[in-house]
Amino acid sequence: MIEIKNITKSFGKQQVLKGVSAVFDTGKCNLIIGKSGSGKTVTLKCMVGLFEPDSGSIEFDGRNITAMNFKERKEVRREIGMLFQGTALFDSMTVEENVRFPLDMFTSQSESEKRDRVNFCLKRVNMENTNKKYPGELSGGMKKRVGIARAIVMNPKYLFCDEPNSGLDPKTALIIDHLIQEITQEYQMTTVINTHDMNSVMGIGDKVIFLHEGLKYWEGTNKEILSITEGELFDFIFASDFLKDLRRRAKF
Amino acid sequence: MLNIFEIFGKYLLLLGRCISRPEKAQMYWKETFRQAHEIGIGSLVIIAIVATFIGAVTAVQFSYQLKSIGLVPMWWMGSILRKSMILELAPTISALLLAGKVGSNIASELGSMRISEQIDAYEIMGVNTPAYLVGPKILASVVVVPMLAIIAVFLGIIGGWLGGVAGGYFSTAEYVRGLQDMFMTKDLNIMLIKSTLFGFIISSISCYKGFYVEGGAIEIGKASTQAVVMSSIVVIIVNFFVAFLLL
Ligand SMILES: Nc1ncnc2c1ncn2[C@@H]1O[C@H](COP(=O)(O)OP(=O)(O)OP(=O)(O)O)[C@@H](O)[C@H]1O
Ligand SMILES: [Mg+2]
Repeated sequence: MIEIKNITKSFGKQQVLKGVSAVFDTGKCNLIIGKSGSGKTVTLKCMVGLFEPDSGSIEFDGRNITAMNFKERKEVRREIGMLFQGTALFDSMTVEENVRFPLDMFTSQSESEKRDRVNFCLKRVNMENTNKKYPGELSGGMKKRVGIARAIVMNPKYLFCDEPNSGLDPKTALIIDHLIQEITQEYQMTTVINTHDMNSVMGIGDKVIFLHEGLKYWEGTNKEILSITEGELFDFIFASDFLKDLRRRAKF
Repeated sequence: MLNIFEIFGKYLLLLGRCISRPEKAQMYWKETFRQAHEIGIGSLVIIAIVATFIGAVTAVQFSYQLKSIGLVPMWWMGSILRKSMILELAPTISALLLAGKVGSNIASELGSMRISEQIDAYEIMGVNTPAYLVGPKILASVVVVPMLAIIAVFLGIIGGWLGGVAGGYFSTAEYVRGLQDMFMTKDLNIMLIKSTLFGFIISSISCYKGFYVEGGAIEIGKASTQAVVMSSIVVIIVNFFVAFLLL
């Protein structure tokens, strides 16, 4: 479980986060949704420690990382996996080298243990037999899958995904979503996903947090979200007039 | 805008963060060798061509002038060429070439890693990014640049011989006599000091420029241009001070 309390973050004069508090549950896909520019990425980067929040606390199962020094943070980081918005695969390395990099750097496993682990993770994301390819030779969806394989290779307790299915066709997006959901449940990870894709919300939104103008505007499950009939969240979910109209006529 | 002191402070902090106990020494060595290979082998051809021709043109022009004065024996040319290659031409010209080639390479590599969030990805894994990404580049450059300068000296001297003999200014025997005359180890030491410093200057400035890129592709381009310009200027200034202090 990750708990953030009253996080604020400004860039210059612009206050992006104005005191966001939320709880992200273990074994669930916790979604952060919101319009482009609403601060989803900033929230995620604060949580993983790439940005320093101006105030507030972030607790990973009770361990407050904002109060930690560099060394203690490094220990927590070993338990974090992250899939970046642009995948951030190391483009000078092959797929295999990408996935095994954390093993090379942080474990003393034998060559064959590492190879098995890499192959297991690649197989888990249906990317076996691409070991020797370079990221430049892969499609967007394939890169995301390799990104997921790299994120889970160290058996993380916490998985962060920044828009895992942006730029993918609806069907591939669905496959990626379900992959993340399955892995989350299988390994009982605390997964936090940024998205503005309503298909993802409906598909895997065990818990949904809606950010608006730097504040948590709404929180609930994907079951509850459809009952919204007005306000900012309504505008967000039913983005087109066509959908809004459809919703108003619906009987639930 | 950062002022010059802030920039220098940030630069020193980055260098400071490179000094730390590596998570896994083996990975750092691997990266250092990869960089050394890239910088060394990658720059060998251009250094070779430029050094040979600089040697040749120095021989021809110097001989031409000596001849017109007429009072100086032509076998001096060997010694003049050796001295100017070692003291000035080899270290400085190879440093300027490397500032262009290696400097822009390093800055754009790190810059695009920054923009595409690869540096963040390392950071998330718990890698000390300055130590892993900047440290090996500086170390490799400090070792490889003096080696390239030594190669440049040899090729420059060979170039001088070819140029002078082909131009009919001196004979091979005269040139060799000059080369053997009054050799000073001090000159060689100064060259090694210079080129080690230049290797450090080029790599550290370019790493700094690349590591802190913000924005997009245009900023990567700007950063690599700035890396080249900055490191060339600092190389030239430091070159003067080393000559001033050590000669
Ligand atoms: N490094 C930064 N420096 C300055 N401002 C920033 C920085 N990162 C984000 N911002 C600002 O913070 C605000 C929120 O950005 P953020 O990237 O979190 O949006 P987002 O919700 O992830 O949007 P999207 O869905 O488009 O990815 C934006 O207005 C942006 O300009
Ligand atoms: Mg974002």
